[in-house]
Amino acid sequence: MSGMEWVGAAVAVILTLAAAGTIYRIAVGPSLLDRVIAADVLLAIFGAALATEMALRRNTDNLALLVVLSVIGFIGSTAVARFVSHRKEDA
Amino acid sequence: MSVIDILSAIALLGGALMSLAAAVGLLRFPDLMSRMHAATKPQVLGLFLMLVAVGLQMRQWALLPALLVAWLFQLLTVPVSAHMVGRAGYRSKHRRPELLSTDDLHSVVEAVVDGGAVIDGGGGAAKAAPTSAPTMNPDH
Amino acid sequence: MRGSDQGAIWRALLNRLPLLAWLVVVWGALWQDFSPGNLAFGLLISVGVSSVFYLPPVELGGRLNVLRAVVFALWFLKEVSVASIEVFYWAVVKGPRISNAIVAVPLRSRSDLLMTATGHVLSLIPGSLVVEVDRGTSTLYVHAMNAPTPESVEKVRRGIQDIEARLIRVMGSRADLAALKREAAANVKESP
Repeated sequence: MSGMEWVGAAVAVILTLAAAGTIYRIAVGPSLLDRVIAADVLLAIFGAALATEMALRRNTDNLALLVVLSVIGFIGSTAVARFVSHRKEDA
Repeated sequence: MSVIDILSAIALLGGALMSLAAAVGLLRFPDLMSRMHAATKPQVLGLFLMLVAVGLQMRQWALLPALLVAWLFQLLTVPVSAHMVGRAGYRSKHRRPELLSTDDLHSVVEAVVDGGAVIDGGGGAAKAAPTSAPTMNPDH
Repeated sequence: MRGSDQGAIWRALLNRLPLLAWLVVVWGALWQDFSPGNLAFGLLISVGVSSVFYLPPVELGGRLNVLRAVVFALWFLKEVSVASIEVFYWAVVKGPRISNAIVAVPLRSRSDLLMTATGHVLSLIPGSLVVEVDRGTSTLYVHAMNAPTPESVEKVRRGIQDIEARLIRVMGSRADLAALKREAAANVKESP
């Protein structure tokens, strides 16, 4: 394996660990907002994986997807936050 | 490996570590607000490092604005969603007074609730309105 | 009267210019094509979008110090890096024993733009987050991590007022800048 392939493998391992942690937080909660934050982080980890892929394979195919991901994460968590402050008793 | 490859390797590993930092923070911190800090903010640096790596590998000037815009979008959106979630968390049952050494906001909120004014904040701006409903409902 | 009307129209146009420029740059960046034709079409679309989805006008401070802005951007990058590593360290070492605070931070400026920018910057720097804003007295209520003692709370407050001072030097109005200079001079006299 060349140097950059080792880097790719290391990044993959780190991101997998991070994703496992966030999925655990989504599973246990305890509240809706905790899950929203964790889902946001998971989305950011996907973005990091896309960027790594682009850097290692030297293409820019997913750059627009990266922008869209951050906007979707924003809309998602903002919408849920609004929803939660509507019915705060069972947030 | 060339110097550029080594630099982009450092950037990629640093960016991945920032994702790991977010995950560790999510797992270790005790309350919603602390998790919020750990979760959203390291991503700003993380994405920056990742985009630096992409830029170093591609080395095209036409790409630079696109990378910058991708990062700026994150800069614009992260604080807003963090504020919205944090605010919803403070107003619902997520406030954990035992974890706060100082809480300057609590007395203000109490005074507002007693005084019968409404703090309205569609997007963060607050204005005191002399209305009758003694609630903290943000949607009036 | 005509003259002042025209002045108002020009000011309104000038206020819209930064938004239009930003939209055109986004358009060009997403297409990765900065040819004049593409930019002109982008301008057409941004004018259309900003007229249909009309936003409340932003009152600009009327000045922009480019050199200060570059210094600010570099300082911001450094601050984000240091604070990100700090939060990572706290997550590993302190974890559940972290002690936080919600701090009321009164700001100098009454400008909505500066208040928003300060809140934005401090929310981007790990370890601080705006929970609530009092627009009438321009006070930010900031949730700060790892602030167990009154001294550390005071440090957080001064740090945020320092962010505001930096932003005033970049793009604050002349009145705010003059007030900042007077304050700095008074501080020098007090502590020789």
